[in-house]
Amino acid sequence: MAEQHQQGKAVQTTGHAWDGDLQEFNNPLPRWWLWSFYATAVFALIYWIWYPAWPIADSFTKGIGSVTFERNGEEVTTHWNTRAELIEEMQRGSETLKQQAYLEKVAAASYDEIVNDADMMAFTRSLGKVLFADNCAACHGVGGMPAQIGQFPNLIDDAWLWGGEFEQIQQTIVGGRNGFMPAFGEVLDDRQVDQLAHYVLSLSGGNVDADKAAAGRILFQGQEGGCHYCHTASGKGLESQGAANLTDAIWTVADVPGATDDRGRIDAVRKVIANGVQRQMPGWSERLDPTQIKLLSIYVQSLGG
Amino acid sequence: MKLSHESIEVNAGLMIVLTLIAISIGGLVEIVPLYYIQDTIEKVDGVRPYTPLEQRGRDIYIREGCYTCHSQMIRPFRDEHMRYGHYSLAAESKYDHPFQWGSKRTGPDLARVGRKYSNAWHTQHLANPRSVVPESIMPNYPWLLEHELDYSDIADRMRALKVVGVPYSDTEEEYLANVDEFGPAMAELLDIHRAEESLLAQAQSEDWDGDRTRLTEMDALVAYLQVLGTMVDFSKYDEGYFAEFR
Ligand code: HEC
Ligand code: HEC
Ligand code: HEC
Repeated sequence: MAEQHQQGKAVQTTGHAWDGDLQEFNNPLPRWWLWSFYATAVFALIYWIWYPAWPIADSFTKGIGSVTFERNGEEVTTHWNTRAELIEEMQRGSETLKQQAYLEKVAAASYDEIVNDADMMAFTRSLGKVLFADNCAACHGVGGMPAQIGQFPNLIDDAWLWGGEFEQIQQTIVGGRNGFMPAFGEVLDDRQVDQLAHYVLSLSGGNVDADKAAAGRILFQGQEGGCHYCHTASGKGLESQGAANLTDAIWTVADVPGATDDRGRIDAVRKVIANGVQRQMPGWSERLDPTQIKLLSIYVQSLGG
Repeated sequence: MKLSHESIEVNAGLMIVLTLIAISIGGLVEIVPLYYIQDTIEKVDGVRPYTPLEQRGRDIYIREGCYTCHSQMIRPFRDEHMRYGHYSLAAESKYDHPFQWGSKRTGPDLARVGRKYSNAWHTQHLANPRSVVPESIMPNYPWLLEHELDYSDIADRMRALKVVGVPYSDTEEEYLANVDEFGPAMAELLDIHRAEESLLAQAQSEDWDGDRTRLTEMDALVAYLQVLGTMVDFSKYDEGYFAEFR
């Protein structure tokens, strides 16, 4: 471009000369650049007219764009803003309405009705999966399988601490649960804890020392150990306490499956008896609405189904 | 002197002055009105300054650079509303200095993470994220459990924040004003003269990091995380109310 100019009329320079002959051109701006610049100015004008823009005294120009939504049963129209837009979208966005129709159907239906309706179940599974990933997976793991045994129960087997009926699961999610077992390391000596561990493992058919297990059984069912208050005399557990079933070879706290030999399995159970258990599942009634919790109850149940 | 293209371009001093004027008009028009426009900050109940323990946790949050991966600003969009909860209000960060809004989300937004998880989960997750979330790329922060919490300068920290407008109380009068505004129990926690006591009391009030016998940096950070986004009770307001402040 510079050459063209040189061939034509004399080129303007800034008038400076460095090192004798080094000059600076003062060419006009390229056309495309200039027009782009004018276009941004026009865009700004439209923006100022349409959107909230200029401050005036203690207020500002609101623009002529507007949003309409429903507030306490009345139509409200306000100047354009993202908050009002969100309300509008949550009230009449096409995606929202589609989901809303399903949510209302699910809210009105009983658990049995939902489970037996393929359409509602498909919806429950897809939304339940998203809700679970956003809220529950950090503890229970993606798909209900936690990263390691102990801190958080897995939800994919059909063994439930607090009960696997829909209403029970719903109660778990609404109010949260505190899994508590006292630490027996402080009241029982090592020998007794060892005997109890043998007995507990024997309940699910583990390979244990029969004499120790027999001594453990007396502790378990007697006053001194007191295990039967929560786990029942048979060791089958008590849903009202969230006390684990010890007879089913399914482990939620003790890392028995992770042990490679009998000694390791005994140690895993001993550790739980000595240290006790304190696990907290937060309640969700403030974060999730009743319909979302209903969906999750079905979703969670279906994981273990 | 003629103010032509040429005279500006060949005069560096003039060029600098005019550039500064042009930029400051842009800045002033955007910033100054925020100080006097009435209806942009929502009037909501519940927002209070951080307690001494939470404030120390917040300092650690900033020290560790958690903000390089986590924002604390839920935007008013449907997808964010569904995932994180109610969008953040301006009022909710009015005592945040500096605020932690951010826009870099390598990890999830934390504006409403308070009470979403248990203390035990936070402790485990911060010490070793992959032990609870196997696919996580968040770094381990094991030293939070090892370092004792240094709270010797907590009163000074509160005084510094007071200078920029956080209502910690230094005088009896300010304390009484806080009793009116935040209630007697909270006013006590916000009193600079009782800072160390109330920090220790709050550290004992709950089992933050799983070991009550030691006061660690983890205690403070978990206490901070557990209060995020929990101050405003949104059931008290209808949505249209917040749209008035825009
Ligand atoms: C902070 C971690 C955490 C989060 C998040 C969490 N849970 Fe839990 N959940 C637990 C713990 C811990 C238990 C075990 C309580 C116990 O030991 O009795 C539990 C137990 C349960 C149980 C009962 C299991 C049984 O065997 O009876 C269900 C059902 C459940 N959670 C569902 C959910 C759902 C649904 C969500 C998401 C809305 C969720 N959890 C989020 C920690 C969590
Ligand atoms: C206060 C009630 C209570 C008492 C008493 C109690 N437990 Fe428990 N126990 C529980 C609960 C609750 C759980 C399940 C943990 C959970 O929900 O987080 C549990 C879990 C266990 C587990 C782990 C099971 C697993 O699946 O990993 C073992 C082993 C156990 N208890 C043994 C005992 C023994 C032995 C005794 C007596 C010394 C005993 N418990 C006394 C409430 C109790
Ligand atoms: C390298 C980026 C990175 C840094 C730095 C980082 N995080 Fe994270 N964080 C993540 C990612 C990714 C996740 C999601 C996976 C997970 O839960 O671990 C996450 C998740 C979280 C969560 C759970 C959020 C939820 O709703 O599930 C919390 C709480 C959290 N981080 C706190 C912190 C704190 C506190 C710090 C500073 C000490 C920090 N993070 C530093 C990347 C980071």
